[in-house]
Amino acid sequence: MAVVNQQEVEQVAFLARLALAEAEAAKLASQLDQILQYVQQLQAIPTDEVKPTSHVLALSNITRPDQRQPCVPPEDVLRLAPERHNQFFKVPKIIE
Amino acid sequence: MDYEPVIGLEVHVQLATASKLFCGCPAAFGASPNSQTCPVCLGLPGTLPVLNQRAFEWGVKVALAFDCQLACVMKFDRKHYFYPDLPKGFQISQYDQPLSQHGHLDIALGPSTKRIGITRIHMEEDAGKLLHDPVQPASYVDFNRAGVPLLEIVSDPDVRSPEEAYQYLLDLKAVLGYLKVSTCNMEEGSLRCDANISLRQVGTTAFGAKIEIKNLNSFKAVKAALDHEVHRQTSLLQQGGTLAQQTRLWDAKAEATELMRTKEEASDYRYFPEPDLVPFVIDQALVERIRRELPELPAQRCARLAKAYGVSPYDAQVLTQHPSLAELFEGALRLYPHPKPVANWVMGEFLGYLNANGKEPDEVQLRPEWLAHLLEAIDKGTISGTMAKELFVDVLAHQRDPNVLIEERGLRQIVDEAALNQLAEAVIAGHPESVKDYQKGKANALMYLVGQCMRHSDGKANPRQVTEVLKKKLETA
Ligand SMILES: [Zn+2]
Repeated sequence: MAVVNQQEVEQVAFLARLALAEAEAAKLASQLDQILQYVQQLQAIPTDEVKPTSHVLALSNITRPDQRQPCVPPEDVLRLAPERHNQFFKVPKIIE
Repeated sequence: MDYEPVIGLEVHVQLATASKLFCGCPAAFGASPNSQTCPVCLGLPGTLPVLNQRAFEWGVKVALAFDCQLACVMKFDRKHYFYPDLPKGFQISQYDQPLSQHGHLDIALGPSTKRIGITRIHMEEDAGKLLHDPVQPASYVDFNRAGVPLLEIVSDPDVRSPEEAYQYLLDLKAVLGYLKVSTCNMEEGSLRCDANISLRQVGTTAFGAKIEIKNLNSFKAVKAALDHEVHRQTSLLQQGGTLAQQTRLWDAKAEATELMRTKEEASDYRYFPEPDLVPFVIDQALVERIRRELPELPAQRCARLAKAYGVSPYDAQVLTQHPSLAELFEGALRLYPHPKPVANWVMGEFLGYLNANGKEPDEVQLRPEWLAHLLEAIDKGTISGTMAKELFVDVLAHQRDPNVLIEERGLRQIVDEAALNQLAEAVIAGHPESVKDYQKGKANALMYLVGQCMRHSDGKANPRQVTEVLKKKLETA
């Protein structure tokens, strides 16, 4: 049985702002499904007694003191902007 | 059919730390655009966020102040969505293991209180700030705010009216003010609020369709928007209509909410654990240390003021709304131990001045001794009550001790008997016509003579005393 179908792939592509042609979506759905089927073998392992892990390193409570560090100069930052307006990043209008 | 509103409030409060939540960029408001960023808060590849210890501790502090249960272990998660103010394409937030849950806040409702549950308080980073071009189809992004530490405080749907919502926000802000963890400035966005509201038939327990309201720029806007929604939804339901879950924007000018159009269909944030941040154990020693450091909170202070000084519950509540008001009140009382006039001046004249100038209590300094000196001067008759009110405005405007202003401006009233007698005698001698008029029974003549005394004393004589002295002299003349 398929783990993921084409409709779900299209939904995820929409959320990720990826424009997929229908043929691409179909192809990706079948490839993703194969990958997920493969990984699903892990489901056979009994994990009832195992605590959920959110992090694989045996570390916790790594913090830094509340101290300021130098920032990147605005000119360097704005070089990363697709478009700029004065000292702002310029983007397509987002609200009607 | 009668409907009742079911309201929940989501408050975002920026923590006033020196640096951002996961990097060393300043968290301060007001810097020039895009001058407070670095590879971490811009989400450039290969960077590693590291939690700000102070933000973590302040989070614990706020959670304790609202009686929340702290998690034994908290973790961060990525909340994904695409918006130009979000440089990484996700926000580091907390999903299923938040900082704290199950707290409450007792809000003041008339003489009693009502307990509003707090579902959770979690930590997250702020997004950048978007400005919309009024003409061109363009928006502008400033990433200075991206990564500033935020606490999200989510209430249970326990609020039953717009008035309760307003009081909840006032009391919540008061607690945050006492903890000194945020500037709580709505204009600068360090305190923001979203409200959600549904209506249900009185007597039923199921929730109706939830309407979320955004763009609420002040507590008054929250109340007005909720009032508007109660009316809108009630009339819709009474006409047999149905409500669908949606997000609406408050338009303060039109005093109405309007449907927010979003391209996103259903939110699907695809939360997953933030792999770049390790879990955080909230151990008992840390919690106990922070608990010991908690200041007296507004509710405790309110009860204490009412008990210790006999002020009314309402006055105590107003006085404890902001820590600096309560400090002013108690500070002035140490020098001038009369609670009633001190409370009246703090709540009447001082709050009046703040409201008239659109200021918060901590934005205008009024030293307790200034208020005490002013009240003493009234009691001694050095200045009249009317003069005191005028002088008070100058004390605040010029930030000077009233005693200094009284001396500098020669405002001291002449209360000395001998000086007043001398003044009255001189005026009587200089105006024989008026004296005759008075003796003929013309009441105006006395007014005229009092006026002359005031003129000759540059207004420093106490008019009531002058009238007395003049009358006595004229009758025996
Ligand atoms: Zn940064």
